[in-house]
Amino acid sequence: MSLGAVNTGLTGARALQAAGIGVLLILPFLGGSDYFMHILIQVLIWAFIYTSWALMGRLGLVSLGHGAFMGIGAYTVVLLWNFLGITPWLGIPIGVVLAVLLALVIGFPCFRFRIVGHYFALVTLALGEVVRLTIIALRDHTGGSLGLTPNRFGDGTSWYALQFADKEYFYYIALAVWLAGLGIWVLVDRSMMRYALIAVGEDEGAAASLGIRVTVQKLRITALSAALTALGGGLYAQYLTYVNPSIVSGVTVSLHIVFAVIVGGMFTAFGPTVGALFTITLSEILRISFGAQIIGLDLSIYGLLLILFIIFLPKGILGSLQDLAAKRAREAKAD
Amino acid sequence: MAFDIYLLEAIINGLLLGGVLALLALGLNLIFGVIDVIWISYAELVMLGMYAVYWLHAYYGVPLVLAGFIAILGVAALGFLVHYLVISPILSSPPINQLLATGGLLFFLQAFAMLLFGNEFRNIGLRLPIIVIADMYISFARLLAFGAALLGMVALYLFLSRTFIGTAIRAVSQDREIMAIMGVDTKKVYLITSAIGGGLAGLAACLLVLQYDVHPDVGLSFGPITFMICVLGGLGRLLGGFIAAFVMSQFITIGGLYLDLEWGYVLAFVFFIGMMFWRPQGILGTRS
Repeated sequence: MSLGAVNTGLTGARALQAAGIGVLLILPFLGGSDYFMHILIQVLIWAFIYTSWALMGRLGLVSLGHGAFMGIGAYTVVLLWNFLGITPWLGIPIGVVLAVLLALVIGFPCFRFRIVGHYFALVTLALGEVVRLTIIALRDHTGGSLGLTPNRFGDGTSWYALQFADKEYFYYIALAVWLAGLGIWVLVDRSMMRYALIAVGEDEGAAASLGIRVTVQKLRITALSAALTALGGGLYAQYLTYVNPSIVSGVTVSLHIVFAVIVGGMFTAFGPTVGALFTITLSEILRISFGAQIIGLDLSIYGLLLILFIIFLPKGILGSLQDLAAKRAREAKAD
Repeated sequence: MAFDIYLLEAIINGLLLGGVLALLALGLNLIFGVIDVIWISYAELVMLGMYAVYWLHAYYGVPLVLAGFIAILGVAALGFLVHYLVISPILSSPPINQLLATGGLLFFLQAFAMLLFGNEFRNIGLRLPIIVIADMYISFARLLAFGAALLGMVALYLFLSRTFIGTAIRAVSQDREIMAIMGVDTKKVYLITSAIGGGLAGLAACLLVLQYDVHPDVGLSFGPITFMICVLGGLGRLLGGFIAAFVMSQFITIGGLYLDLEWGYVLAFVFFIGMMFWRPQGILGTRS
């Protein structure tokens, strides 16, 4: 492959990205139904949350407790709005700060004392469950497992309250946040932090001996991931105008996040987004074809797919496709 | 301070709850110690065992004890299958993949139970007497569960220490590679261990179904606490998990006495985090 080919390849990818963003920008004007917009917004918000998880997941920090951060983000914004009248513009940042604090409190002992792999996964799993239980236990304010609806402000469309009757507003907000998420991914991907954390993932002792501050680096990526997840949670609560412990917190949500990322592929920027597209489309198709009488069918298929993916395609859909493309290119070159 | 009868009652109930939790932690720790795999879906196996007892006893009228035995054997077979179908194909991939594969199994079993059995709460409809000792109310079901859990643990101890295959299991847990070189069929040991782990889950199911309603999400109500117990005791440490179970159950029942039950769990978790600062490797764990 000549240098010129590499260049055209790069410009090709750039052009494709620009075209993709252009299509996404004009999408609401193409006259899609409300249902279509709803699916798109869901995909964007979840893709953002999945990307946030994958920021640390791909570096070997597999958290099974991101439902905790999402729940904090979602509940903080709704509680502050309902009880203190604080606008989501402040509520979401407060939720993000709380999630970061929690991430640091849990992360510090984990990383300082080298709790990795299984231990880390189990500790975070328990964390997610405890946040869910705390939300339920505070039922006087949170409504327990019944959930909570943010108070309506005026006629239901207000930038101050971050409530919109039309889906277009949320579509653009979700699109902006999703793009920002991808941007952060790219920044982290190019930073020294990534290389430091890859070294840490390979051999913690060796990385430390090279002068990498293992605990600090891990805490930074964990705090970033928690912050973005809480932001996604807050946004999701504003969009649905409803929160309950089982849709924004707990083990099931945490495992959903992990599942979608693995299916999409956690080692590439668009992998989590592919995961969001795939899982949401799948569950919508199943819901439409079989209706509500078969509760559990979509999750049964999810679970089976997750097992099959881990056994046969551990790099996920996008990662495996890229491997395949790379292999093709190598074979073409060899010919 | 005056002697508080309610506190004593909570402590005794905590001890009794600890027995069942210890049994759950024992199965999980055994599997981890030997195969180095965490079954995130362990509590879902217990859920299926509870359904087995429910259907056999309350629906088909099989005597309770017999239904319990069938459930134990059934879940043991399930444990065997979990290893055979899910774990053994990826035994050489990174440990976290195995954990996530059983996470997929958790989804599957939970959703499949929902699909098959619906999301009603089901109760075997057995009312065991409440024992009153010195103004304290002790549930007979809990006492029975405690006793059976202890018996199960003693049986496991005897099996591991007195039988040939038990010795092989302990040897493999000490060094997987060397034992394979020494001619031990590790595949067979793994399968047997998985079946025993499943059997312990089945026994726990029989004891839990006496006290709690069964529904597809029931695993989530004691799965996470079991994982905390295992980490607190030191993963793979049978005795550590045993002690940790009783510590955690005290937090839950005493916390539940003064506050809500959820707060008991939250307190247990806060204690758990504190312990991680002090002994991250677990009560009896050794640092690797």
